[in-house]
This record gives sequence, structure tokens and C-alpha cells, in this order.
Amino acid sequence: MKAHIAAVTDPILKITCLDKTYPGRGAAPPVKALDNVDLEIRKGEIFALLGPNGAGKTTLIGAVCGLVRPTGGTIEAFGMDLKHEWRKIRARIGLVPQEMAVDIFETVHHAVTYSRGLFGRPADGKRIEEVLRALSLWDKRDSQLRMLSGGMKRRVLIAKALAHDPDLLFLDEPTAGVDVELRRDMWKQIDVLRELGVTIILTTHYIEEAEEMADRVGVIDKGRILLVDDKASIMTRLGRTEASFALNAPMTVIPASIAHEGLALSDDGMALTFRGGDGAGGGKEAVAEVAQRLAREGIGYSAIDVRESSLEDIFVKLVEDRPEIAA
Amino acid sequence: MRAGFNAVSAWAIYKREVSRAWRTVFGTIISPVLTTCLYFIVFGAAIGSRMNDIGGVNYGAFIVPGLLLLTLLSESTSNGSFGIYMPRFTGAIYELLSAPVSVAETLVGFVGAAVTKSLIIAAIILVTATLFVDYTIAHPILAFVYIVLVASSFSLFGFILGLWADGFEKLQMVPLLVLTPLTFLGGTFYSIDMLAEQWRTVALFNPIVYLVSGLRWTFFEQSDVTIGVAFAATAGFLALCIGIITWIFRTGWRLRD
Ligand SMILES: Nc1ncnc2c1ncn2[C@@H]1O[C@H](COP(=O)(O)OP(=O)(O)OP(=O)(O)O)[C@@H](O)[C@H]1O
Ligand SMILES: [Mg+2]
Repeated sequence: MKAHIAAVTDPILKITCLDKTYPGRGAAPPVKALDNVDLEIRKGEIFALLGPNGAGKTTLIGAVCGLVRPTGGTIEAFGMDLKHEWRKIRARIGLVPQEMAVDIFETVHHAVTYSRGLFGRPADGKRIEEVLRALSLWDKRDSQLRMLSGGMKRRVLIAKALAHDPDLLFLDEPTAGVDVELRRDMWKQIDVLRELGVTIILTTHYIEEAEEMADRVGVIDKGRILLVDDKASIMTRLGRTEASFALNAPMTVIPASIAHEGLALSDDGMALTFRGGDGAGGGKEAVAEVAQRLAREGIGYSAIDVRESSLEDIFVKLVEDRPEIAA
Repeated sequence: MRAGFNAVSAWAIYKREVSRAWRTVFGTIISPVLTTCLYFIVFGAAIGSRMNDIGGVNYGAFIVPGLLLLTLLSESTSNGSFGIYMPRFTGAIYELLSAPVSVAETLVGFVGAAVTKSLIIAAIILVTATLFVDYTIAHPILAFVYIVLVASSFSLFGFILGLWADGFEKLQMVPLLVLTPLTFLGGTFYSIDMLAEQWRTVALFNPIVYLVSGLRWTFFEQSDVTIGVAFAATAGFLALCIGIITWIFRTGWRLRD
């Protein structure tokens, strides 16, 4: 069974029934890395592909970019079929790989200039300078890649992917192994690209990243797309508010006067916990209501700890009860 | 696959590969000069002084085409193989695979660069050789065409090797265990006419014999096999390599999972 996915009008990328099985080697059995994947990407959006290790994210990207040969299904991009118009399509796609794969003896400027040429675009020193400046690499342009830090190298990979001005950009875990400051910086860069109209598909393990960046999120596990939706609707659909009231005095039962759906008492009677809502504010209203009732009944509490469930919680939940969301 | 040739991409690959060779310019130029000198000191001066002329050609001059071919084969093969093996090894090949280039642009870029390097080395060897012996090339244009043909075929052969190898040992095994022995046994430093009858027949199964003969003919108008056969054999090898590489790219063997 497949997750229900709303159709996108005029998608920039349309993946239909995509399958990929890696052949087994020796004693190793074949691996089904992509299982009947359907996915449509809107022009201009930032789409986050979220999934645990081995979910099939890199394989999915590889299938679109020509690194992996799918065993079934079709891929259309910019309204063209990838099988036949691969040259035109690839010329408009940029890829930042997950792994650091570069010729370390090359200089930054050479590496980026080469990428532009490789993708068939005429040399344009000005454009290369713009890209390098945008990624704060201009000062390092004559350094060999081996002399750069890991984060800087990753930027070079991004610059290489941007050198031919792609319309569709794949970022396979762009901020893995990058410190918090650089990560925020990267998010800013991605925002700049969005403003230029580049459609971005990124994969990530970092929930905050998807939360921060993406317009839509797709959850993938074991080669299957479990859910695709606007980030906000995912929150609405599965979001929960969790509030904990630390009571001044222990309680044995919840009095009828304050009873509320989703309200529970801890074993030691020292905390009242509320779980509920839909991620769209309903939960917070309920918490406010409970707080008022407590005040009315003269029940003292020393602290309220309110927490909205993150994409991480959502994700964990999705992966835990797949049958439910697959329905 | 779509018709059309993406010249910008091919040029980008070519330029980059050539500049990669310049990074190791010392090894690129010094090592063939050194090897040539060594061979001339040993074969030309030490042994050559006791050798008779072969077919009217002074022994020192006789070994020039052979020596040229020896270096040409090993340099072309290793340049062709390293160019594609290294990105496969580091993973940097992803970029090439995701680019709008087909087998034609890839070959023109990689193999073109390997051939360029081989030609530079060939020129260096020919110039170095003049320090030791006097020789003239009877058919300079034909010799050039022949050298280009050999350099291209073996750069392509190296390219295949670079795709096939899944470790450095394999990369070096073929040149070391197959190419070098065949070259030495292929009449680089002697005429196969100098061999006993039965060994001469065996030698004719060695493809390198045809290469050396062809090149030697363009220099001195004398060879072990006719020039037509030699050219045909070299061109056939070139066509075979192109065929194999086209198949590799079609199927994605060793390139795409
Ligand atoms: N070349 C390959 N040969 C065989 N199996 C492979 C190959 N590449 C990937 N796999 C398998 O396919 C599955 C999906 O891998 P993939 O790299 O697409 O996952 P991922 O979601 O990108 O994981 P991660 O988050 O760790 O990068 C995994 O089970 C992996 O072991
Ligand atoms: Mg991955």
C-alpha cells in the first residue's frame, strides 16, 4: 500500500513507480533500495527528503542524476522523459553529493570552472566569481582543495553544483559534519537560491533542517515514501502539544472539575500531563483551559513545561506505525 | 542516446586532464628523458658497438622506433588508465556521470589528453635520441600518423583498464605482466628475423611485433611485416577498444550501480 500523495500541477520533477534493486554480490542478497516510489516536485519549492540511514535517499537522487540505473519506473523532469532527453535534463540539474568526492590537488577556481564547462556552459569568469563570492570562497580561490577545512570543501561541492546555473538542485545531506554556525550559514545560502527560483531537493537527518528550510517534506523509509505533505500540514496532521504541570502538592485522582481529554496524572501524583491538539494551535488552547481550571480550583503548580512535537517525533511515530500512515 | 556532440564539455574535460598532467610535469618529462638515455647507454653504446647493422641500419638508430614504442605504450596505457581510475577511486566520478556528456565527449576529453601527453613524450624521446645517434625519418608524416594511432589505441586500452581495475594492483598488473614482456619480446631491440625459425612463427602471434614493425618502416622503410598489415592491425585494435568502451558506457558497467 502506498501513502496517498496529492498531485502537483505542472511538476518540475515527476517520479512514477520508481524501483531500484541492487544486485546481491556473492553471498549478499539483493537490496531493494527503492520500492514503487511516486514523487512530484513543484517548481521553486524546497523539498526535504527525510529518512534514516539506508532509507534510499541517495539512491533516489542517484536515479534522477544518472548515477544509478533504476530497475523500473519513469522519471520526467522539466516536462521531458529522462530516458530520451537525458542530455537536456542533466544540463539543468546540479548535484551536491553526500560524500566528499573531489580531486584534492585541484584549486577551488579550477574545480568550479571545470564543472561549468563539463555541463556544457561557455566559460564565464564573472559568473564563477559571483558563485565563489556567494559561498565565501573567493578568498580561497587559488587554494588547493586539500588545504580547505571540511566545511569549506562542502561549499566547494555546492559551488561546483551551482556553476552551470541549474534549475533543479539536489543536496544530499548538505550539512552533515558541518558545525552549527556553518549550518545556519548554509541555510542562508539555500534561502538565497530559493529566491533565485532554484528548485531544491535536499536530504537530511537533521529534523531542524527540514523544519527550518523546507516547504514540503517527504518521509522515506526502506525504499518507500511514507508521506509527502506541506510541512505545516504534517504538523497539523500529526503534531501534538505536550504540557506538564508540576504540582505543589501530590494528587491522588484528577478532580472532575478539571478533567479534560488528554489529561493524565503521573504515578507519583506530582505532575499533570496533557497530550493532545493537532499542531495548529488547538493543543495550546487546551493547555490554557487546563491552567485556568487549576487556578479556579485553587490547585497550585510551580511550573508548566509546554512542548510542540518536532518533526523528529512525527518521524519516529511514522516509522513506528507505518500501517497507520500507509492507510 | 541523443545525437550531437557537446564540444564545450569535451574541451573542459580535455583541459582539465592536460593541466592535471602539468602538475606532475617533472615526472612527465624527466622520466622519459632519463629512460631514453639509459637505454641508449646500455643498448646503443655498450651493446650496439658490438652489433652489426640491421638491414643497412646502424643498430643505435635501429632501436629508436622500438624505444619510442616501448615508452609510448607504457605512457599511453598508464595515462589513459589513471585519468579515469582516480575519479572512480575518490568518488569524484559522480560529476562526470551526472553531466550531460556521452561516451564521445568523455573519450575525446580523457583520451585526447592522454594522447597529447604521449605525443609530447614522443617528441622528447626523439629529440633526446639525436644526442646519441644520427637518424632520419623516411616518412615523417606517416610516422606521426602512426604514433598518433598507437598513442590513441593504447590510451583507450588504458581507459578500459582504468574502468576494469578495482584496485591499484590490477591497474599495474596488466602493463607489468602483459604489456612489458610482449613489448620486449616484440622486436623493440632486434629484428624478429634474427630469431630461429620456430620462434619467429611464435613472435608473429605477438601483436606488438606489428606495431614495432609498422613504426620502424616509417623510419627506415624496412620491417618484419608489411606496412599495410601493421597499419591494419593497429587500426583494428583501436576500433576494438572504442567498441568495448561504447559497450561499457551503454551498460554502465563499473560506472553506474
Ligand atoms: N552500490 C550499492 N550496492 C548495493 N547496495 C547498495 C548500494 N548503494 C546503496 N545500497 C543499499 O541500498 C539501500 C539504500 O541506500 P542509500 O544510500 O540510498 O540510503 P540513504 O537513505 O541515502 O542512507 P544515508 O542516510 O545513510 O545516506 C541501503 O540498504 C544500502 O545498503
Ligand atoms: Mg545517503
